Amino acid sequence: MKLEIRGLTKRFGSFTANDGIDLTVEEGEIHCLLGENGAGKSTLMNMLYGLLEPTEGEILVDGEPVSFSSPGDAIDRGIGMVHQHFMLVPVFTVAENVALGREDVRGPGILDRRASARRVRELSEAYRLSVEPDAIVETLPVGVQQRVEILKALTREAKVLILDEPTAVLTPQETDELFAIMRRLKAEGTSIIFITHKLREVRAVADRISVIRRGKVVGTTSPQASEAELAELMVGRKVNLVVEKSEREAGAPVLSARDLVVVDPRGHQVVKGVSLDVRAGEVLCVAGVQGNGQTELVKSLLGLVRAEGGSITLAGEDITHDSPRARLERGIGYVPEDRSSDGFVGDFSIRDNLVLDLFRSEQFSRGPALALRAIADNAEARIEEFDIRTPSASTHVAALSGGNQQKVVVAREMSRPLTVLIAAQPTRGVDVGSIEFIHQRIIAERDQGVAVLIVSTELDEVYALADRIAVMYDGRVVDVVGPDTPREEIGLLMAGGRDSTDGQNDVEDIA
Amino acid sequence: MSEAAATVQEEEKQERSARLRDDIVTTMLAIVAALLIGAVLIAFSYERSLDSLSYVFSYPQDFFRHSGDAIWTSYEAMVKGSVGSISALSETLERAAPLICAGLGVALAFRAGLFNIGAQGQMIVAALAAGYVGWTWDLPVGLHLLVSIGAAVVVGGCYGGFVGALKARTGAHEVITTIMLNYIALLGILAFALLHPAFQRPGQTEPLSDRVADSAAYPVIGDLHLGILVALLAAALTWWILDRSTLGFQLKAVGSNPEAARTAGMSVPMAYTSAMVLAGVFSGLAATMLVNGDRFAISSTLFGTIGFDAITVALLGRGKPLGTVLAGLLFGALQVGGRAMEATSVGTSPDLAQVLQALIVLFVAAPALIAALTRRRRREPPPAFAAPSTQEEAA
Repeated sequence: MKLEIRGLTKRFGSFTANDGIDLTVEEGEIHCLLGENGAGKSTLMNMLYGLLEPTEGEILVDGEPVSFSSPGDAIDRGIGMVHQHFMLVPVFTVAENVALGREDVRGPGILDRRASARRVRELSEAYRLSVEPDAIVETLPVGVQQRVEILKALTREAKVLILDEPTAVLTPQETDELFAIMRRLKAEGTSIIFITHKLREVRAVADRISVIRRGKVVGTTSPQASEAELAELMVGRKVNLVVEKSEREAGAPVLSARDLVVVDPRGHQVVKGVSLDVRAGEVLCVAGVQGNGQTELVKSLLGLVRAEGGSITLAGEDITHDSPRARLERGIGYVPEDRSSDGFVGDFSIRDNLVLDLFRSEQFSRGPALALRAIADNAEARIEEFDIRTPSASTHVAALSGGNQQKVVVAREMSRPLTVLIAAQPTRGVDVGSIEFIHQRIIAERDQGVAVLIVSTELDEVYALADRIAVMYDGRVVDVVGPDTPREEIGLLMAGGRDSTDGQNDVEDIA
Repeated sequence: MSEAAATVQEEEKQERSARLRDDIVTTMLAIVAALLIGAVLIAFSYERSLDSLSYVFSYPQDFFRHSGDAIWTSYEAMVKGSVGSISALSETLERAAPLICAGLGVALAFRAGLFNIGAQGQMIVAALAAGYVGWTWDLPVGLHLLVSIGAAVVVGGCYGGFVGALKARTGAHEVITTIMLNYIALLGILAFALLHPAFQRPGQTEPLSDRVADSAAYPVIGDLHLGILVALLAAALTWWILDRSTLGFQLKAVGSNPEAARTAGMSVPMAYTSAMVLAGVFSGLAATMLVNGDRFAISSTLFGTIGFDAITVALLGRGKPLGTVLAGLLFGALQVGGRAMEATSVGTSPDLAQVLQALIVLFVAAPALIAALTRRRRREPPPAFAAPSTQEEAA
C-alpha cells in the first residue's frame, strides 16, 4: 500500500505545528521520520492515525483521498500505530490484549479464548516475534510488550505501520531485535514509518529519511548521508557531535562507595557490593545494559533508597545515613534518570522548578516566605544561560519538550556550587542540539574540579564524556577501564563477559 | 527580543485570564443548570401544580401558571431570605463562616495531594475543646475568646495531624482514616462527652452542653458575629501559605509529584503531616464559629453536614482560597434562603437547598456535561467567544 501526504497543515490557534508537509511512503519501505522533539512529528502521525483533523491538505491511500475522523477509520484503511507509551492492559494476557476491541466469540457474550490465542501464535510465528499468547503483559519486558503492540496492529491487517519513537524504551539488544522484525515486515510488503531522533538507528534501518524541522519537511535523503549531515538538517545548523574535552589531571577521590549493597522491595539484591571512587575533576561513567543495578546504585548514593550494607563517604565524611536533603546541601548535584517522575514537578512553572531544591536557601527565602523576586530573577538568568526554549518563565515544565525539560533539571543542579555531580541518563529522550549543550555543561563542571559520575546505557555518550569507564553487570562493577578501550571489549564486559578482576568486589551474595 | 518576550507574557496573561473565565463560566452555567432543575422540582412538589396536572391536557395553562407562581415565589423568597435584608445577609454570613473555614482546610490538604474527608470529626473534637474552655474557665473578655479559639485550633490540629502522621508513617490512606475518625468523633468522643459532667449542661438529662460564657463569644455588630472576618483572615492566610511560603511550596510539590519532591530533598512525611495539621486547624476554627460565634450548645445534631459541605465548597472553589470564600458564601446563602422558601405559601422544602448544592457540584465535577452544553459556542471563532460568555455571566 502506498501512502501519500500532500500539503498537510495543522494549526493550533496561531501556532502552526505542521506546515504544508509532503511525504510519500512506498509499499514495503521503511521510511524514517527524523526530527528533534517538538519538530511536529507526533502531530503529523496523529493526523495520519485519525487522532487530529488536518487544517489543510490531504492524505491519499493508493492514490485515493481519504479522511479519518477517528483511529478506527485509519485502522480500517490499513494504518496501524505503535505508540511510544503502550496502550496495553497490564493484567490481561497477550492474547486478550490483542483481541481487545475485536474479540473472537463462540456465541453472544462468550469469548473464544482459544481462537484468540491461536491467532496470536500464528502471527507470532509468521513474523518470528516469539510472543507467548498466554503470558500476562505486565510480567513481560518492555521489548516484548512492544512486540505485542506490533501484533495488535498486524491482526488488524495494518499495511502501514507507524512506530513512534519505538527505541526510546529499549536496550541495545532489544533495538536490534526490533530492527530485525522491521526488516521481516518490510519483506512481507508492510510499509513502516519509523519516528526517531537517533541518528545511528536511522542509518541502520531506513530506506529513506525525511527530516522534519519546525513543522516542515526540510529534506529527504538516503541512509548513506553521514550522521553529521543528518544532524545538521535536523537542527538547522552545524552540530558538534564530539564533545571538546581537554586532558585534565584528576584529583583526590571525593565520592567513594565501599561494598555498597542495595536490596529491592521484593528482597532481591540488586547492587551486590559495589565499590567506586569518583575523583575531583574527572568524569567516571558507569556503563551497562539497563537493569543491572545502576538505577539503584545512583539512588542509594543520594539516599533515596537505603543501603543495606557498605558505606558512602563524601570528601572523607561518612554520609551513608544522611537524608537526601543533607546530601544535596553538602554539594551533591543530582540529575535523575526518570526526569518526569523524579526530576521536576510537571505542573509547576519553570521558575518554581528551577528552585525545587534551593528554595530554602538564603538567596530564595526570607524566613518562612519565598523570595519571589529572587526566584524570578534566577529563572530569567538560567533560561538565558542554559538556552531553555520556552514562551516564558511561568510556563509549566510539563508543556516543554524533553530536551528543554532536561535543561531545566540540569540548570537547577548546576546553579549552586557542587562538589559532586551525579547524572543518570542525562540525555535520554533529549534532542541532538540539547545533547550537545548538556554534554558541554557536564565537561565544564568537570573542568571546574567537580567530581562527575555519569550513568549511561548509551555507549556513544559514555565515550563522549568518560575519563574512566566502570562497567556494571548484574549488580557488580565488573571492571573499570580507560576511555580508549575498544567498543567490543566494553560490549563484552556489559554482557558479563569477564569476571571481576579487582578483588574488592568479591562480596558474598547474601540474598 | 524584549518586545517579543513582552508579547509572550501578554499572551500568557490572556491565557490565564481565559482559564479563569472558563472556570467562572462553568460555575455560572452549573448554577443556572441547577436552578433550572430545581425549578422543575419546585413545580412538581407544589400541591396546586400537581392538582392541575390531572387536567393538564384540557387546561395546560393552569399547570404552567401554578408552577410559575411556585417557582417565582420560592426563588424570590430564597433571594430575599438570604441577601434581601441586613438581618438576612448577616445570617448568610454567619452560615458561610464555618463553611469557608472548613472548606479552606479541605482545599489546603487537597493541594498537598490529600483528600480530607475528616473536617466533620475535626470540628466535633475542636468544638468540645472550645466549649469546655468557654464555659468552665473564667478569663477576662477577649483573652477568654482567644484561649477558647486556641484550644479548638490545637485540638483540631492534633486530630487532623494524627491522620497525616498515620499516612506518613504507615501509609494508611487518609480517606479511610478520616472517615473512621469522623465516626469516632461523633459516636465515641461526642456521645461520651455530652453525658459527662464536664460537658453536659448542669441539670440536663439530654446529651446537650452548656453555652460559652459572654467573655468567650465573638464580638457582635448588630445581629452579626464577627466570625466571618476571622474566616476571611483565614482565607488570606491560606493564600499566603500556598502562594508565598516555603511550606506551601513543599506542600504543592508533594501534592503534585511526591517522587520529585523527595528527590529534591523535601520530606514527604513532614509535608503530609503539616498539611493535615493545618486542615485540622482550619476545621477547628470552623467549630468556633458555631460555639463562640453563634453560641450554640453542643449536641450531636449541631454539626449537621458542615464538614461534608466543606468538601463541596472546596471543590467548587477549585481548591483556591478566594474560590473557597465565594463558594462558602454561595452555600451559606442557599442554606439560609432555603429556610425562607419554606415559610412561603408554596412551602417548598428547605431540603431543596441541599439538592441545589449537590446539583451545582455535580455539574462542576462533570466538565464534560458542561462542555457538551457549550460545545457549539466553542467552535465559533474567538471574537464571538467573548460576547456570549459575558452574557452567561450576566445570567
